[in-house]
Amino acid sequence: MSNSIGELEGADFLLVVGSNTTESHPVIALRIKKAARQGARLVVVDPRRIELTRLAHRWLQLRLGTDIALFNAMAHVIIREGLYNAAFVREQTGSFDTLRKHLERYTPEYAAEATGIPPDAIVRSAREYAVASRAAIVYTLGVTEHSCGTHNVQALANLALLCGNFGKPSAGVNPLRGQNNVQGAGDVGCIPTELPGYQKVDDPAVRRKFEAAWGRPLPSRRGITKTTALDEVLKGRLRAVYIMGENTVVSDAHASRTQAALERLDFLVVQDIFMTETAQLAHVVLPAASYAEVDGTFTNTERRVQRVRKAVDPPGEAKPDWLILCELATRMGYHMAYSHPSEVWNEVARLAPIVGGISYARLEKEGGLQWPCPTQEHPGTPCLHADGLASRRGHFAPVDHVPPAETPDESYPLFLTTGRRRSTYHTGTMTGRASGFHLLVPHEWVEVNPQDAATLGLRDEEEVYVASRRGRVKARVKVTDRSPDGVVFMSFHFPESTRTNLLTSDAYDFVTETPEFKVCAVRLEKVKRGRRPRG
Amino acid sequence: MAEPVYVDGKHVPFREGQSILEVLRTAGVQLPDLCHDPRLGPQGTCRLCLVHVEGQPGLVAACATPAQPAMRVATDTEALRDYRRTVLELLLSELPPSRECPRCSTLGCCSLHAAAARFGAQEDRFPKLRFRQSSQDANPFIQRDYRWCIACYRCTRICGEWEMAGAIAPAGRGQGIHIRSFPTDRLLESPCTFCGQCIGTCPTGALTDRKAADQIGTGEVTRVRTICPYCGTGCGIHLIAQGGHLVGVEPDFSNPVNQGSLCVKGQFASWEFANSPDRLTTPLIRENGSFRQATWEEAYQLIATRLSEVRDTCGPDAIALWSSARATNEANYLMQKFARVVVGTNNIDNCART
Ligand code: SF4
Ligand code: SF4
Ligand code: FES
Repeated sequence: MSNSIGELEGADFLLVVGSNTTESHPVIALRIKKAARQGARLVVVDPRRIELTRLAHRWLQLRLGTDIALFNAMAHVIIREGLYNAAFVREQTGSFDTLRKHLERYTPEYAAEATGIPPDAIVRSAREYAVASRAAIVYTLGVTEHSCGTHNVQALANLALLCGNFGKPSAGVNPLRGQNNVQGAGDVGCIPTELPGYQKVDDPAVRRKFEAAWGRPLPSRRGITKTTALDEVLKGRLRAVYIMGENTVVSDAHASRTQAALERLDFLVVQDIFMTETAQLAHVVLPAASYAEVDGTFTNTERRVQRVRKAVDPPGEAKPDWLILCELATRMGYHMAYSHPSEVWNEVARLAPIVGGISYARLEKEGGLQWPCPTQEHPGTPCLHADGLASRRGHFAPVDHVPPAETPDESYPLFLTTGRRRSTYHTGTMTGRASGFHLLVPHEWVEVNPQDAATLGLRDEEEVYVASRRGRVKARVKVTDRSPDGVVFMSFHFPESTRTNLLTSDAYDFVTETPEFKVCAVRLEKVKRGRRPRG
Repeated sequence: MAEPVYVDGKHVPFREGQSILEVLRTAGVQLPDLCHDPRLGPQGTCRLCLVHVEGQPGLVAACATPAQPAMRVATDTEALRDYRRTVLELLLSELPPSRECPRCSTLGCCSLHAAAARFGAQEDRFPKLRFRQSSQDANPFIQRDYRWCIACYRCTRICGEWEMAGAIAPAGRGQGIHIRSFPTDRLLESPCTFCGQCIGTCPTGALTDRKAADQIGTGEVTRVRTICPYCGTGCGIHLIAQGGHLVGVEPDFSNPVNQGSLCVKGQFASWEFANSPDRLTTPLIRENGSFRQATWEEAYQLIATRLSEVRDTCGPDAIALWSSARATNEANYLMQKFARVVVGTNNIDNCART
């Protein structure tokens, strides 16, 4: 996030895009609710009638995958009506003229055609965004899990740049990260192209610094992402994989392909707290300690490094992840030894300037600290770019609306979009073991609009097959107007009975290689059966 | 800077718009503010935060009175202590015997009984009145025993105003006033999302965590301040342990991220999984299609041998490592260091992109 969770409550305009915040980030949603109660205007962009639409002043119900057309048209209106922040654009941005030209054809009428949103609603939303004094954009996977995910984000950033909404409290562009430490994993260098602190692997000076610290030559060859890695396995070029705590088989798009790839490996190590579907495929499984059994830090979606503390011992012979890696490295001829995770963190802080001023001692005394926090005296940075973008001007990126990689046709006439449900989490390895949760979400539902249900002759709770070009799973029908016509919705929380990601597409964003979880084409088939389903 | 407030004779700086209660907190003075939750506007009904302000007749509620420059506040006079004790004794007369309190007898002292102990309130100063009735709701999450309710409305306000779920509300009138859910008194049939915030805010034993109550035994409990393991919000929690096992969780009101709020996952799914009997407890090695238990040394040797083989025959880039968005920064850092230094590849990734 460019800004902080707490700042959201001070916004006077909120554009919530593709984020079912009350379900996937319920505690952040509390700040959005508070802002709305205090009079902020709330505009929700989502194809589904999510809970926040009840609170919203305006709900822009766009067709799936047409976000860019909408944001471009809003930018078009802001430029056409001269509502942009001219001083900010002049002093802190670049390529404005290219953007202006590019946006000429994105009239509200043109966007209305693509998105299904009335031109009038687009114009009003654009005006309100532009004249608000603290306008925050909030988005989640709904924006990034598309094959054009990066472009969606750029189109949103264009809006914020036009109106000078960077470097200002309660404004900015705020992605909400899904898992507790997604932010931190990237920050400390678990990215093929970046060393800790987003320092580029292909910069020789950076490599020299790390080589000096680590005492070994570093590879300069580009690494591959998880998404490409699967292709490499199938081509026989990738032979061994080591997975720490991730149920890849269930969580990745196009699950059957992922599983096939992992099965072909010469050697697979999985380190986890449970025997997950992925661990089942491993040659060696290592028992890890859970978060309650380790000391360390997590970094939340607003870049806040927070202390994780050990409450109990790990069961049996399970060990903390950090210790396992040290012991294995040492056996492979590289001496890696720390007496406590705080020593590991000190090394991170020494090498990564963005967190250089953060220490366990400070976290103990001051609570969580938001990076950049380069020195011991630095208070941390709740709001990015407060000193202006000037040095690194924000460049406008002209982007175009492209339809999703797979659209409905005669054989697969419905759009499937996937997401989260509040009371279950990810692949269910953790929430699935919490008693009582089966009462809240007993099984996977495929949410179907009443009209589609009527056409297909489907009843509530009836079992159906959901089939795509890649696979077929069973789920129960939930007839609800949360889903618009022609769109069905599922989560991926019940891998044992319904492996939703068998259906999803293997198209991915060509920049970040994020798989396109959000959209694919499916059909619903009635299950012919003799026995009655349990109610 | 504005002239400070004087609290029991000491200077205390303050900001325009702060209540006396907030200024007292800066000064380190903790009053028994039973009806107050900082996330909600002041209510001023429990009358336990009353203080004496020089020049004002009668006592004022610190939670509902804005601080003024040069205000002189007395928080600890004999009269105030007597007054608070009496209010607490009246409250106790409406509740069952203190030793049976569902919160005090499990996870630790509730705010009401803590205040009663602090001000020396006597259980039997006033004859016991008729208690409210416990709810018959058997949901597996929230235990609702309204015999302990002091009608402070923190729960209904947090549910209605803060969470905006509107699952519970006061019903009835006068002495018969009580809290219920709608449309039926079963939360599973109401709009309740089981965020558990009513439990977090309730100052008595009326609302408690049923899972913790079922789990807890005897012996000392310890609390450890940490972070929820689920989403990227990073809410602060306290994990509660007893005899080396996790038995419950409470929100961390001091964490600025969540200010004491949690959702259903943080409140009701953050610790049972760690106690689960199907946790992996030894290394496992696949042999002839099935797993057998192994020692750490065996597992390490096998991994070291096989990874070295692949690296030596096919090159380091034939190996990839995927770290976890659920593991700590320290574990993630070491995994990328392992990839780059031990294996010699940049094939390190996590699920950040999703
Ligand atoms: S249940 Fe607890 S929070 Fe709710 S009114 Fe009663 S005492 Fe207050
Ligand atoms: S309590 Fe809920 S909102 Fe907070 S971090 Fe946990 S899962 Fe996220
Ligand atoms: S806390 Fe002030 S009256 Fe209850």
